[in-house]
Amino acid sequence: MAGNEGLADETGAQARRKAAMAVLAHSATADIVGHLADIALPDHENLREPENGLVMVRGRVGGDGAPFNLGEATVSRAAVRLSTGEVGFGYTLGRDREKARLIALCDAMVQSPELGGAVEAKVVAPLRAAMIERQNQKAAETAATRVDFYTLVRGES
Amino acid sequence: MTTVAELPAGFADKVLSAQSTFRSVMDAMARPGSIQRITSAAGTPLAMMQGVAAIALTLFDHDTPIWLDSKMSATPDVGRWLKFHTSAPVVGDSSIASFALIGDPTNLPALDCFAFGSSEYPDRSTTLILQVASLNDGSPVELQGPGIDGTTTLRASIQPADLFERLSINAVLFPSGIDIVLVHDDGIVAIPRTTRLVRRG
Repeated sequence: MAGNEGLADETGAQARRKAAMAVLAHSATADIVGHLADIALPDHENLREPENGLVMVRGRVGGDGAPFNLGEATVSRAAVRLSTGEVGFGYTLGRDREKARLIALCDAMVQSPELGGAVEAKVVAPLRAAMIERQNQKAAETAATRVDFYTLVRGES
Repeated sequence: MTTVAELPAGFADKVLSAQSTFRSVMDAMARPGSIQRITSAAGTPLAMMQGVAAIALTLFDHDTPIWLDSKMSATPDVGRWLKFHTSAPVVGDSSIASFALIGDPTNLPALDCFAFGSSEYPDRSTTLILQVASLNDGSPVELQGPGIDGTTTLRASIQPADLFERLSINAVLFPSGIDIVLVHDDGIVAIPRTTRLVRRG
């Protein structure tokens, strides 16, 4: 990365990567592959081969109390470098190494000035729409089963 | 600034490459003085030989503090590459290091700068990994010890010249002591703490 980039640009780029990562991590591998097929993939190599590992998930008592170790979760990670030098990192829950590699590849392309727009438009945006759609559908299904309880005041004074 | 962009990649096939490298190191330790080849290729930082890089990717992890000599630490790439691929901590105190990477063996510090392990935990010693100029082009030395049938002749260019004199403390310290791995390109020779110099040829 160029050292003389303004702080605002840096934050913007970070926010863009973060947003893309949030969408990709929640998408299915097949969907990412499907949308990536619309883009000519640049030359790239695996800087860190996809691998599985465990992370300790920590919680807090009552949401904001003393921290405790909840348990371990399986995580896959990868790092990909494009021939133009951009390095992307991918982390995702579960053992899907290919997904981790694809997320890393997308992360690298999001940073690339030439490919960033195409990835944003053809991969991240449709996946984000689908994700919001899923969330809304689930919320609607949940809302349909909602029961409202009323407390009736009994007895007349 | 992030300079991951310039770092060489690790093993292409992590599991199999690490297994075959581990096998080579184990064979080298089991047959002191014999030259073993490391077949797995990995990207290497400039100051590092292929064999050293493969050993690093195989044996180093977050539990093994690493000490780098001045030649290795002269290029910051080495430390960063180790950190990225192995997550091993690079320490300044050689006496707590599990491994020491020596790029310039002629200026090897005195051996008592490194950990010898204790009688209870002889495994807590520093393993020295020396990059030497050649493994078959030096003056011959005869070695004996466990893993060697009679004696064996090693023709590595031994640096520093008094390496075996320094290693004589291994006889006194046993079971503690220092293990050494000589590396040139993709060839490795191990001199574990039980190996003794018989004579110079």
